Amino acid sequence: MSEHVYAPANPTEYIQHHLHNWKVGEGFWTFHLDTFWVALIVGFLFVGLFALVARRATSGVPGRLQNMVEMIVGMVDDQVKSTFHGRSRMVGPLALTVFMWIVVMNSMDFFPVDFLPKIAQWFAVSFFGADPHHVYMRVVPTADINQTLAMSLTVIICTVGLGISAKGPVGFVKEIFTAPFHAHGVGMMIALAPINFFMQMVEYLSKTLSLAMRLAGNMFAGELVFMLIALMPWWAQWVGGAPWAIFHILIVILQAYIFMMLTIVYCSLAVEEH
Amino acid sequence: MEQLAQIQSVTAIAIGLMIGLAGLGAAIGVALVGSRFLESAARQPEMMNALQPKLFVIAGLVDAIFIITVAVGLMFAFANPLLAVVSK
Repeated sequence: MSEHVYAPANPTEYIQHHLHNWKVGEGFWTFHLDTFWVALIVGFLFVGLFALVARRATSGVPGRLQNMVEMIVGMVDDQVKSTFHGRSRMVGPLALTVFMWIVVMNSMDFFPVDFLPKIAQWFAVSFFGADPHHVYMRVVPTADINQTLAMSLTVIICTVGLGISAKGPVGFVKEIFTAPFHAHGVGMMIALAPINFFMQMVEYLSKTLSLAMRLAGNMFAGELVFMLIALMPWWAQWVGGAPWAIFHILIVILQAYIFMMLTIVYCSLAVEEH
Repeated sequence: MEQLAQIQSVTAIAIGLMIGLAGLGAAIGVALVGSRFLESAARQPEMMNALQPKLFVIAGLVDAIFIITVAVGLMFAFANPLLAVVSK
């Protein structure tokens, strides 16, 4: 068993090892397999659980699980109804998916930091003869900027689609060139068009980046603090670990909630008439 | 070796400044949000349930900047990309 265990030389090496993704490919086409698989598996867990509850739902006295699912769906539905006034039926399911998927992905933080990486190491060494120093595993998909950037890009593309479907292609393009600064004469309109276009592009870019950075930064910091706690002697770990884990429950839910709220707000901004 | 020490010392000061200033700003911001929430809740107690989720959203938004700064600071503390210049 001892040759299966990877013992880092110093704290810096330990943390760097933990911040290294399991990746394939080179340069731009690097693919983070750990982020991909963990996100996919927990995503299907959420979909499967909710589908199961929906199929077995009773109109009588609901069970504990059905109660919880109904509470979550009701909460998301209330937020969508109070914020989004368009006609699209896509926003509710989108918001629910975003919320629950982020909650389950963030919750991977609650596994002990070495638990899944050690299992991956043992697996890779015993079945594939890999070098334990080069088995990397990052279990929190949302701590990877690629995952959150992909989600925020998807949300922004959804808002563009909603905007086009609400205002028509012509109306949407017209808004890009006339939106933040409204002009009255034709000459002023032409003069302001490039400035408006620039402002709109900056807005889209900053929306995408801030949405992604907020979630990834929060989860990255949480992960790092758990790693620092894991560096303490084993008998002292609960002193730091317990309070931080309890506080982290708040952050996990809050960040998922903020991502969901901003998704709804961006969607409602996209369909609003200026 | 001297260069390494220089980069490390400057980085340490930078990390301290980053986390300290971000923490100061976030603390003032969250305190302002909280005090206004309490004021408005005292004036109109029936609005409390409507305002509470908004309070959490804004507190989370303000807090996120601080947390991102902490993450960047910890990255500089444990995996400093600037040290690569010297170690080559």
